Amino acid sequence: MNRHPLRWSPLAPATVLLLLFLAGPIGYCGYLAFTDTQLTGQQSASFVGLANFRHAFADPAFRNAVVLTLVFTVVSSLLGQNTLGLALAGLMRRASRPVRTLTGAVVITAWVLPEIVAGFLLYTFFERRGTLNALLAWLHLPTQDWLFTLPILAVSFANVWRGTAFSMLVYSAALSEIPQEVAESAAVDGAGGLRRLWHITLPMIRRSIGTNLMLNTLQTLSVFGLIWAITRGGPGNRSQTLPVFMYDQAFLKSLIGYGTAVALLLLVVGALFSAVYLRLLREDT
Amino acid sequence: MRPVRTGPRGPAVAVRRRTVRGRPVLRRATRHRLAADVALLVAAVAFAIPLAWLVLASLDPHATLRVGLPAPPTLDNFSAVLTDEITFTPMLNSLLICGGATLLTVVCAALAGYPLSRYRSRFSRPYLLTVLFATCLPITAVMVPVYGLFVRVDLIDTRYGTALFMAAAQLPFAIWLMKNFMDGVPKALEEAAWTDGASWWQTLRRIILPLMGPGCGVVAIYTFIMMWGNFFVPFMLLLSPDRLPASVSIFTFFGNYGAVAFGELAAFSILYSTPVILLYILVSRRLGGGFALGGAVKG
Repeated sequence: MNRHPLRWSPLAPATVLLLLFLAGPIGYCGYLAFTDTQLTGQQSASFVGLANFRHAFADPAFRNAVVLTLVFTVVSSLLGQNTLGLALAGLMRRASRPVRTLTGAVVITAWVLPEIVAGFLLYTFFERRGTLNALLAWLHLPTQDWLFTLPILAVSFANVWRGTAFSMLVYSAALSEIPQEVAESAAVDGAGGLRRLWHITLPMIRRSIGTNLMLNTLQTLSVFGLIWAITRGGPGNRSQTLPVFMYDQAFLKSLIGYGTAVALLLLVVGALFSAVYLRLLREDT
Repeated sequence: MRPVRTGPRGPAVAVRRRTVRGRPVLRRATRHRLAADVALLVAAVAFAIPLAWLVLASLDPHATLRVGLPAPPTLDNFSAVLTDEITFTPMLNSLLICGGATLLTVVCAALAGYPLSRYRSRFSRPYLLTVLFATCLPITAVMVPVYGLFVRVDLIDTRYGTALFMAAAQLPFAIWLMKNFMDGVPKALEEAAWTDGASWWQTLRRIILPLMGPGCGVVAIYTFIMMWGNFFVPFMLLLSPDRLPASVSIFTFFGNYGAVAFGELAAFSILYSTPVILLYILVSRRLGGGFALGGAVKG
């Protein structure tokens, strides 16, 4: 093999780009989070140690954002995208071909649409004068102003609508790798559908479940455009997840240092999830 | 691999046709298929409602927030938004920013993928793991310091600065995908080239890249789709209205015009979404649906 020392040189452009525009900002994030930098006013920022973090944990608005982020992640990613994706993938294996193709096309279109278009579409769906209320009125069910009464649930459903295709594709791939014999022999032995699901199917795709949950969670943690388009974090701060809170503090309230501290916490949580994900992958190989 | 089925299906499936009060009972498999069909159709309708609004409202001169049939359907909304200010400038900006960034990402990823795929050393595995780790980081969180840095180095409100950051943000996943595609190209041909004294650059350009044209295409299209839909990065880094890409201009459209013309907004949304949908169809035909997952999930 070619042992020339320059053989690693093709890595250079990518490495430079990654260091300058990704590692650099992450490092800068680690610095800014410990300063009181502001967008306007004072020019020189000073080092304030852990003050931003202490402030964050004492700040009711921050805690509100943490709780909403948890709700958003659990409802939309763990319960919504993951379970619905698995259900759709399982049903598709039994359904007839045209129905499978049609459902796949619709669900994937929702996924491929740009984030802001998806946000805009679901805004019209949940809005007081929108389609959801029109449907409910037609069914003689009570209507309400969803974006005012249940904003965090509305954006969570929006995220389910937009993100389920990913889980569906992951689980379709995983289910197609289960040998047919296993399920058939269990059926012959008299195991019902639910027992087969719990004792055979789920254990056999547990790796896919792990990686899918991890990727869904990471994806959901950083959702900004969708929420911004639907509610802008409001009304008040009732749909203000951490990314929206970060933007609000750093740019609308000009507290760059504080906003960056929030961003750093978000990065650390993301990094923890990524590390777990890497471990899962390593067990795979 | 799915095992090959031999002989007729087992007794569990071969149910004889029975009748209840003269009507044939549906076979179990058929009943299951019908149930699955109905459940999937319900899901499909639920997912389709917002999409139906998009299509119907774009054809409706009096579109409201709810789904309704346009009477009569016209293309007025489309002709109203097809102006320089509303459609052509933002779409051109999107094309410049995303196209430039995609080009940069694919070139860097193809170069980086080569040594990572071909050489074994104690250096390549940590590099790959770092890259994989970076693909998972929430980029949203980095935007505040990126804004700060861009203000300092005077890259703020420039299209090439935005493209550079987008390229860097998409690069880890592109490297990972590219490396996996390159792993699939057999080594024998290059080894012959090496014995003939070819350099890495000649090998990469003459042998590897032509063989993995489809792989590069997939990485390019995937990268482009991700960038085209990205809202937060240009929203933060660009300020002048004449430099905004479609992902941000649609939002100012929505937020600033007191009475929103929903039909026009829907028409613009369709124009803005069409390229990525077409590109997605192009790629998924070639690689069967879950192309985006090849790198991320299977590792």
